[in-house]
Amino acid sequence: MSNVLVVAEQLEGALRKASLPAVKAGRELAGKVGGKCHVLVLGKSVAAAAAEIAPYGADAVHTAEDPALEHYLAEPYAQAVEQAARALGAGYVVATASSTGKDLMPRVAARLSAGMATDVLGFVGDGAAIAFRRPMWAGAVIAEVTIATEIKVLTVRGTEFGVPAKAAAAAIAPLPVKIDAAAVKTRFVSLEQVKSARPELTEAKIIVSGGRGTKGDFKPVESLADSIGAAVGASRAACDAGWVPNDWQVGQTGKTVAPELYIAAGISGAIQHLAGMKNSKVIVAINKDPEAPIFQVADYGLVADLFKALPELQAALKKDA
Amino acid sequence: MKILVTVKRVEDPYQAIKVKPDGSGIVTDGMNYKPNPFDEIAVEEALRLRDKHQGEVIAVTLGTDRSTAELRQALAMGADRGILVKHDGPLDSDAVARLLAKVVETEKPDLILMGKQAIDDDQNQAGQLLAEYLHVGQATFASKKDSLESEAEKTKVPGLQVLDGARAVRVIREVDGGLETLEVTLPAVVTVDLRLNLPRYASLPNIMKAKKKEVKELTPAALGVDPTPKVMARKFAAPPARKGGIKVPDVATLVDKLRNEAKVI
Repeated sequence: MSNVLVVAEQLEGALRKASLPAVKAGRELAGKVGGKCHVLVLGKSVAAAAAEIAPYGADAVHTAEDPALEHYLAEPYAQAVEQAARALGAGYVVATASSTGKDLMPRVAARLSAGMATDVLGFVGDGAAIAFRRPMWAGAVIAEVTIATEIKVLTVRGTEFGVPAKAAAAAIAPLPVKIDAAAVKTRFVSLEQVKSARPELTEAKIIVSGGRGTKGDFKPVESLADSIGAAVGASRAACDAGWVPNDWQVGQTGKTVAPELYIAAGISGAIQHLAGMKNSKVIVAINKDPEAPIFQVADYGLVADLFKALPELQAALKKDA
Repeated sequence: MKILVTVKRVEDPYQAIKVKPDGSGIVTDGMNYKPNPFDEIAVEEALRLRDKHQGEVIAVTLGTDRSTAELRQALAMGADRGILVKHDGPLDSDAVARLLAKVVETEKPDLILMGKQAIDDDQNQAGQLLAEYLHVGQATFASKKDSLESEAEKTKVPGLQVLDGARAVRVIREVDGGLETLEVTLPAVVTVDLRLNLPRYASLPNIMKAKKKEVKELTPAALGVDPTPKVMARKFAAPPARKGGIKVPDVATLVDKLRNEAKVI
């Protein structure tokens, strides 16, 4: 019982890219515990999403289709994942720690009498004695966690694992599941998606973020981001004030990001925010306050007014290009 | 409407967390403790719902006698009575959910409100586990469309919408890429996110009143639950420190460094 089952996410039939790091973690884990890496794609009609994920190195891809799985809901999805885990002899059930993964996987764990670790960063040891590294106290502590149950459930932090290398496409086969739709107590009403021409925060190579220092005016942040094809992020303070959509928040309680370049403008650098971006390859901080804690993690710090520095930076990058 | 709300005693989120040199845990000397900030948002939502729809708010905590302090804070905010499930020793999310399930069986609340995660272990599991053990629906990451500076927030309008005769609640959830709306049949578990509300402060008279409110004590044994954890954190370390960088005098130097030294643009 040491196969690994990776639960992939799709939205309206298209694979969610956030699923790919879970496949990478699943492959790595399968190697360490000596099992096969299976991927499960669930929904109403998921052939396209299954084909999309097949070339990322799983041993097999399974599709579970049912009308009750049309919209993601924790209850019917947990039923399906439990059945797949039992059918495939999974000792480990893995998903990305996205909002869906975090919502779904504890219910899966309860159904499988499994212990669960959230936001796993990596593995320690191998075989049955394997332990999981995960952040606690907003990332101020990294703990090694052991799980005593026969089946173990994990969500993994996408930015720590990244996207797996492509391989020959795995075979795709349907996996029959039986959903008790009458037992589902939740109804999907609507999903209001934040549509944007910008790259996704969690996938962007460059992120420009603004905080309290913008005083609610994100124009220079957005203008610089758009001129260099970057995503736009924000601190919790900026989101709480209603200046920008909540979805832009970078931090322990928002999105965890790790771009090549992170530009923090007018962000003081609360622990909460740092936990969400300190794995960025290069960090630039622009802040009027020379004592701001953000400078302690920044590779390059510029003590300046963002309303002056950001347009200058935009112009300089344009001129050089 | 009868609402059960959970309150966990956690380290003050504004104090620095340090790991003990032997990696066996964190340094607790000089540490202050607070109710988990997400749980305070859950308490606030419970109070707003009670004030609009009548009923009762019961605050529950699990831990030693020391957790009574955080329970009293929830009572001082306005919860009607408290329950302490007394246990000295580690508890994982699963044990918490199994203990709470037993409390729910006795109290039979219409709604269970919880923080989406505790800021110590950051597991984000207990609410979902509880919902599964109770075979009820869940809505995690409850939020709202109005900002925390809106008129609706100032007038303490609940974020959760109770539907026809407390049959169900409509919940707006903060999910990756947007906001999702769900309807969940009651009883249900709802876990709350940051932007659902700004929790009230307890006034001095209410702090005094809270001291007289009823707190019932229970134990895992009395509830018939074995609280042995399935998940154990055994070794703690500080994350690798990020090397501090340099200050640059102007934008031109910054661009030069990014282009020629860091090579990221």
